[in-house]
Amino acid sequence: MLGLNNKDTKLLIAVAVLTLLAPFILNPFPADSAMAQFNAGYPDLMQRFVIFGIFAIGFNILFGLTGYLSFGHAAFLGIGSYAAVWIFKLFTYNVVPAIALAVIMAGLFSVVIGYVSLRRSGIYFSILTLAFAQMSFALAYSVLSNPKFNLTNGETGLQVYSGDLQMFHRDSLPDLPHLFGLSMRSTYNLDLGAWSFSFNAGYYLCAIVLMLVFYLSIRIFRSPFGLMLRAIKSNQTRMSYTGLNPRPHTLAAFVISGMYAGLAGGLMAAMDPLAGAERMQWTASGEVVLMTILGGTGTLIGPVLGAGFIKYFENIFSKINDSILHEWFAFLPDGLENFMVFIVHPFIGKGWHLTLGILFMLVVIFLPGGLVEGGQRIGKWIKNRGKAKDSGATTEPAE
Amino acid sequence: MSKSNFTRRGVLKTGAVAGAGLALPTIFTAQSGHAFTNDPTGGSVTLGFNVPQTGPYADEGADELRAYQLAVEHLNGEGDSGMLNTFTSKELQGNGILGKKVEYVTGDTQTKSDAARASAKSMIEKDGAIMITGGSSSGVAIAVQGLCQEAGVIFMAGLTHSNDTTGKDRKANGFRHFFNGYMSGAALAPVLKNIYGDDRKAYHLTADYTWGWTQQESIAAATEALGWETVNNVLTPLASTDFSSYIAPVLNSGADVLVLNHYGGNMVNSLTNAVQFGLREKVVNGKDFEIVVPLYSRLMAKGAGANVKGIHGSTNWHWSLQDEGSKAFVKSFGTKYGFPPSQAAHTCYVQTLLYADAVTRAGSFAPCAVAEALEGFEFDGLGNGKTLYRAEDHQCFKDVLVVRGKENPTSEFDLLEVVEVTPAAQVTYAPDHAMFGGADASLGECNNGA
Repeated sequence: MLGLNNKDTKLLIAVAVLTLLAPFILNPFPADSAMAQFNAGYPDLMQRFVIFGIFAIGFNILFGLTGYLSFGHAAFLGIGSYAAVWIFKLFTYNVVPAIALAVIMAGLFSVVIGYVSLRRSGIYFSILTLAFAQMSFALAYSVLSNPKFNLTNGETGLQVYSGDLQMFHRDSLPDLPHLFGLSMRSTYNLDLGAWSFSFNAGYYLCAIVLMLVFYLSIRIFRSPFGLMLRAIKSNQTRMSYTGLNPRPHTLAAFVISGMYAGLAGGLMAAMDPLAGAERMQWTASGEVVLMTILGGTGTLIGPVLGAGFIKYFENIFSKINDSILHEWFAFLPDGLENFMVFIVHPFIGKGWHLTLGILFMLVVIFLPGGLVEGGQRIGKWIKNRGKAKDSGATTEPAE
Repeated sequence: MSKSNFTRRGVLKTGAVAGAGLALPTIFTAQSGHAFTNDPTGGSVTLGFNVPQTGPYADEGADELRAYQLAVEHLNGEGDSGMLNTFTSKELQGNGILGKKVEYVTGDTQTKSDAARASAKSMIEKDGAIMITGGSSSGVAIAVQGLCQEAGVIFMAGLTHSNDTTGKDRKANGFRHFFNGYMSGAALAPVLKNIYGDDRKAYHLTADYTWGWTQQESIAAATEALGWETVNNVLTPLASTDFSSYIAPVLNSGADVLVLNHYGGNMVNSLTNAVQFGLREKVVNGKDFEIVVPLYSRLMAKGAGANVKGIHGSTNWHWSLQDEGSKAFVKSFGTKYGFPPSQAAHTCYVQTLLYADAVTRAGSFAPCAVAEALEGFEFDGLGNGKTLYRAEDHQCFKDVLVVRGKENPTSEFDLLEVVEVTPAAQVTYAPDHAMFGGADASLGECNNGA
């Protein structure tokens, strides 16, 4: 279907089903139960899952296919956000032009940054992109935000004020980002017994965009262009000797992944009309590298899984506090309860980084292929479980 | 490699499906039946405490969280009721808010606008918080205040000192009890003039974000009006931890006063650097070199140690105040945690009580009703004397303390002494003051949300 082979079609359908049914899948626990703490099916987090999924898919086109490790991709995310918020401020709250400009601006910046950075490879390329990203961060945080010339509004973040121009805004339209009148915040809550599920317009916009760009990424992976990018990864020198110039291909991959990042930034602003400079900081660039590696570099679905994993920890584990821990361990005798809280305390709340770090180490050490490899191993184990005895008997000698 | 099988029928089919998919979200525009966002229906009501647990203001955030927990206890009728006994409004009975037990959720703002908004959004969307409070940075407070306005919940600002919070960025759903940069300037400048004379040259180091900018503007304007001269103003990034490179040029600038528009960990580091460079022993223009820290707190004084001795600044509240409200609060906080509260803890505690009281007086959790109850509300007994929540900009007007680092502290908490209590009248300004967005600034419409 749609020019895909059987396996890729199945993958695309799986992604479509997962994203469309996410409000159900992410809210497995009844709203009033103690386990509701672990529910992730609220609009903001679902939007984040999908948006960072898009960001990571784009990053994977560069890193997974060509092997060029960019440490500055958050810059494009930030540029996309700023572009989108400026559209909101000057013209209209409609998200279509905002997202379009976000992609275009991120594309333009990535042409410039890519053209310079791609003259080097390996660690030098990484450092160059990191330098550009930190430069963009400093510009957004400080240089371009002073009381006289305020393009980015510094630490507070660029936001829309009631006094802004908004040329095409009419009173009948929602006073928030909207898609031709449909507010991105509008949410339908479905209560089924003890369970509660939220269907948010903004989330479904992001989900549809995710499916489109996921399809695009499959097509790139399977195209002759994708093969060329893999050739760059395996041996660039050999490619040059066969008479092919790798640079236009890497630049194209860089720009495509920059535009994906811009798209993610634009969507972020469309969901919440604020653009902060910290989106461009090197930690944000590092985060997308972690997402890709955690999920599985060079695989199609890996980056999306990695993004979901990290965002889940950031938003769910960071909100568990001591009083919740005391509730959990309330069944234990007092001394033991306090002891358990003391043991778990460093790993929750502000300690979520620590938990994530440990899990990241475990994944990298035991599952070098990321979560995707973990999934494959489990799949194989289930398949082979029944045949375990036979396989021992039918082992053939190597010759 | 890739095979294409686009047919006319296929394209039509895909188009129809895509069209249906695009039309689908419109069925979700129907809103649920509540009159306002997160209407508490059960026997409890959830408040969202959004404070920095990591980053340069983490100390303040930890103290704020303690104060919030104490406030929740007192509202639910546990503990010794603290300021409920001294508050002039007697609506709160210690049975929760409107008979509903108060519960809370916490989040980490990381002192970043993005993270703070994500955390506040999850409180509103997931945990059903009816009110968000907290923030130890004006940038964060302004960002979260904007979010609460859009989402239709009340925002009770914690420690935010920028003029913009209730100035050009004021919002109908946002309220601030804490004082601001203008008030610091108005309270501090006359005291500085009396001590250091009226022909000083000031050099400003300023944290590079909304709070730093507006405080610097306020202090410079207030001191210049009394004859001082501002030699230079240098902006420093919020994330800086070493200020030596900013201190060195001060020595050659001809300035004889250094104004540190820094807060929290920033101020601790910059003051320590300045003292290490020997600025305080210098004599410039025939006068002793002086350092001023316009916004002071005990936590900062503790961090900077002996360096704060004799340094002047202003503060919203100090635990050594002897009015009944302050004494009651210090007593219950001290009993629970073993040390006196900071000004951040005080303002957060008071904000929670004020919110609960306003809900009770309004008889409703609806944000617009609560806002109406808070607007123009006059009260006393919460530690700052007679206080007014002004209706035009949702800013509290009350006395401001000018303090000085103690020369001979008697304990590790007894670091500041109150030099002067500046009466509220002296720090009051017009709602359309130029530093507060001028005539263009408006609260906008109050928003009840869904």
